[in-house]
Amino acid sequence: MESIRDKVAIIGMGCTKFGENWDKSADDMIVDAAYEAYEDAGIEPRDVGAAWYGTYVTDVTGQSLARPLKLDYIPVTRVENACATGSDALRNACYAVACGACDIALAVGVEKLKDSGYSGLPDFELFRRQLNTYRTRTYSPPGHFAMMATKYFEKYGLGPEEGKRIIGQIAVKNHHNGSLAPKAHFHNEITVEQVLKAPIIAWPLGLYDCCGVSDGAAAAIVTRADVAKDFRADPIYVKALQISVGPFEGYMNPAYDWVHVEETVRAGRAAYAEAGIDNPRKEISVAEVHDCFSITELVIMGDLQFSPRGKAPEDVASGFFSLEGGLPVNTDGGLKCFGHPIGASGLRMMYEVYKQLQDKAGPRQVKNPRLGLTHNLGGTPASASVSAIIVGNEKS
Amino acid sequence: MVGVVSCAGYVPLHRLSRAEIAKAWGSAASPGEKAVANYDEDSLTMAVAAARNCIAGIDPRSIEGLYFASTTSPYREKQAAATIATVLGLGNEAFTLDVAGTLRAGTNAMKAAMDAVNSGSLSTVLVCAADCRLGMPNGSSEMSLGDGAAAVLIGKTEVAATIDATYTTCDEIIDVYRSDRDAFVHSWEGRFIREHGHGRVVPQAVAAALQKSGLTPKDFSKAILYAPDSRQLASVAKRLGFDAATQVQDGFYAQIGDTGTALPLMSLVAALEDARAGDRMLLASYGNGADVFFLTATAEIGRLKPKRRMADCLKSKLMISTYEKYLRWRDLIQLEPPATAPMEQPSPVALWRDNTSGLTLHGVKCRKCGAAQYPAQRVCMVCQAKDEFDDYSFADRVGTVVTFSHDNMGISADPPNTIVAVDFPEGGRITCDMTDRDPDEVKIGMPVEMTFRQLRYIGGFYTYWWKCRPAR
Repeated sequence: MESIRDKVAIIGMGCTKFGENWDKSADDMIVDAAYEAYEDAGIEPRDVGAAWYGTYVTDVTGQSLARPLKLDYIPVTRVENACATGSDALRNACYAVACGACDIALAVGVEKLKDSGYSGLPDFELFRRQLNTYRTRTYSPPGHFAMMATKYFEKYGLGPEEGKRIIGQIAVKNHHNGSLAPKAHFHNEITVEQVLKAPIIAWPLGLYDCCGVSDGAAAAIVTRADVAKDFRADPIYVKALQISVGPFEGYMNPAYDWVHVEETVRAGRAAYAEAGIDNPRKEISVAEVHDCFSITELVIMGDLQFSPRGKAPEDVASGFFSLEGGLPVNTDGGLKCFGHPIGASGLRMMYEVYKQLQDKAGPRQVKNPRLGLTHNLGGTPASASVSAIIVGNEKS
Repeated sequence: MVGVVSCAGYVPLHRLSRAEIAKAWGSAASPGEKAVANYDEDSLTMAVAAARNCIAGIDPRSIEGLYFASTTSPYREKQAAATIATVLGLGNEAFTLDVAGTLRAGTNAMKAAMDAVNSGSLSTVLVCAADCRLGMPNGSSEMSLGDGAAAVLIGKTEVAATIDATYTTCDEIIDVYRSDRDAFVHSWEGRFIREHGHGRVVPQAVAAALQKSGLTPKDFSKAILYAPDSRQLASVAKRLGFDAATQVQDGFYAQIGDTGTALPLMSLVAALEDARAGDRMLLASYGNGADVFFLTATAEIGRLKPKRRMADCLKSKLMISTYEKYLRWRDLIQLEPPATAPMEQPSPVALWRDNTSGLTLHGVKCRKCGAAQYPAQRVCMVCQAKDEFDDYSFADRVGTVVTFSHDNMGISADPPNTIVAVDFPEGGRITCDMTDRDPDEVKIGMPVEMTFRQLRYIGGFYTYWWKCRPAR
């Protein structure tokens, strides 16, 4: 099996402001993100040979991307893979370039959630249906991740207050990072005490343990690695593109322990192998991971081998994942603070990692980054579509 | 001889103190409390609960008929008995019948079952009676009515009590009624219905039945008389010559309330659970007439061992903290809808395809690797064998809570919605809602049992599924 490593490079990216974009339609945000990416790459719209359009629920068919961008009758495919949608759009664009199907490909992720009139996610009866029999339980995303928190606290002997304090520090860190990111949904710093006192959404998770529901779009332009420097001096090279999709086993098989996410473990392991990484804790310089809930980030730290199994709470407490720490995580505020327009999130993460690796992240800049990782977790702990993508600023 | 092969009662876990109702309305409190169906229970689910208790250990495929008696069936048009028969796993050749329209429906169904068995048309018939009647807020019925169910298996062999004779009357009177346009039970003026309704019809029917059989009140160890309240029960029993202290079966007014159609059968269950061989019992129901039964406990009476006796049902309870909660559960108050996307109407087509997994809680067990799994799969989750499964029921298994959350975003009339992963020691995991729970008592590792509940009502029909609940 061949590796994608150093075959494809990202030469341009764009990202809208995330948040309650009352005055922007999905089409507006697609145009803003794509044209920022065109400009960043120094290309004209007509240079794009094929496009992938990622959205979870906003619109259907490739035409929903061709319409606002007035693409020139090129192939456009709509991609959907839950919260990994944006990352999967990028993955498909990279594969098209790598196999020579086109020279320049565009990946766009978008979600328009705030036209709905309520604060949560849309009612995905389709998704519900998958969870069990057609009847299924009364499902909410926070509830399912809260089940992981309950089990994690029990397994590692943490009292509810102690456990909430640990995951609360993750929310505090991400709010701090988000306050330094102009395009983030939220810019307010918070304290652990605020996290602890916030209303309960799904016990034991409170308001500040849950990410924002936002509108937004992000876009990437990719080309072959060997021609990338014709476009810019600092292209970002793709090192690994991995997706692991769960067969809903966690809901049915007692073998699943509710304190890890198997798909993250598998996708991470495969990505490290593809990128030639032996020690992710040391070799990854910066990571954007799927902190849909504070407990999720804690568990991801173990699943992606950033912390030894069960030791993530100690790394959280020591600030290992802060901007100044050994492995800064969610430097732009993550889903928690930058926001989570589902189909756009994977590409937003890549936007931040791309800027970090180009030394253009302003007050959030980490020191001398070499390799960056993005991770999306679409679904629930018991069954998910997980992406792990690794990029670097040098060819190996 | 035809009689009762098995029987069991069901009382919902929740009770509302009558003082709590009085507090809400500034009225005088009646003593005691009433049993209140949880927000996810209705007459159909309570009948299932009583029936499962009644037929534990009996092959459901051996039961040839199922009669459901209620004045509060979830449907005016669509048979509840067929749903119950499916949930319990009776064969599709079972004769199913809904009996409605009167609080005598339970004993009407018993008589019809007895006649069917006697005629040889059916070998055994399971009679389920349940009611969940609504009194208008701030009215006397609101205080007195309670929710409950009972199930009685009528057959010819190994009967625990024979049905020796029946006597029945019909009678036209507008005393207690609920029209097709009304959700609430209404009664005409108290003295009229006491004297000329129940107080006239029941004593006349019982007296006639006694005279016909040549028996006297002294020949009975128990009189099981339906009455809407304890005062009326005492009055009628006394008039008939039954001794209140030794002969009259309690109607649970202080603990449950008047459970309507279910009450005569619940009282019969309680009496049979305490009966000894040779005990003779008189059962009388009321509702536009009266049905009178004479029963005698046989040597088989000791075999009557429901998993949960009426006494257990009475003991196991959880008080509803506020009257408002009751209003919400019974949909008696209009609430602001939750700020989430409205749920889509389920497809009856998909529900129909899903009857086995959804209604009977059957999963599969892999013939190759032995893994039990729910819901039914085509490809084994463990060994990937294709279409190599045996049918496997989870309904009667006790599981253990692996993890849980109290979810304020999940839609529930009793928030927070408790969602749970349940592992079964014999294999398999089901992720489902937990009902009948006190959130503070939910713990990892606690034992839970499965219970059939109403899941949602969207688009004019009910969707049922199973939940877990703390082992009761």
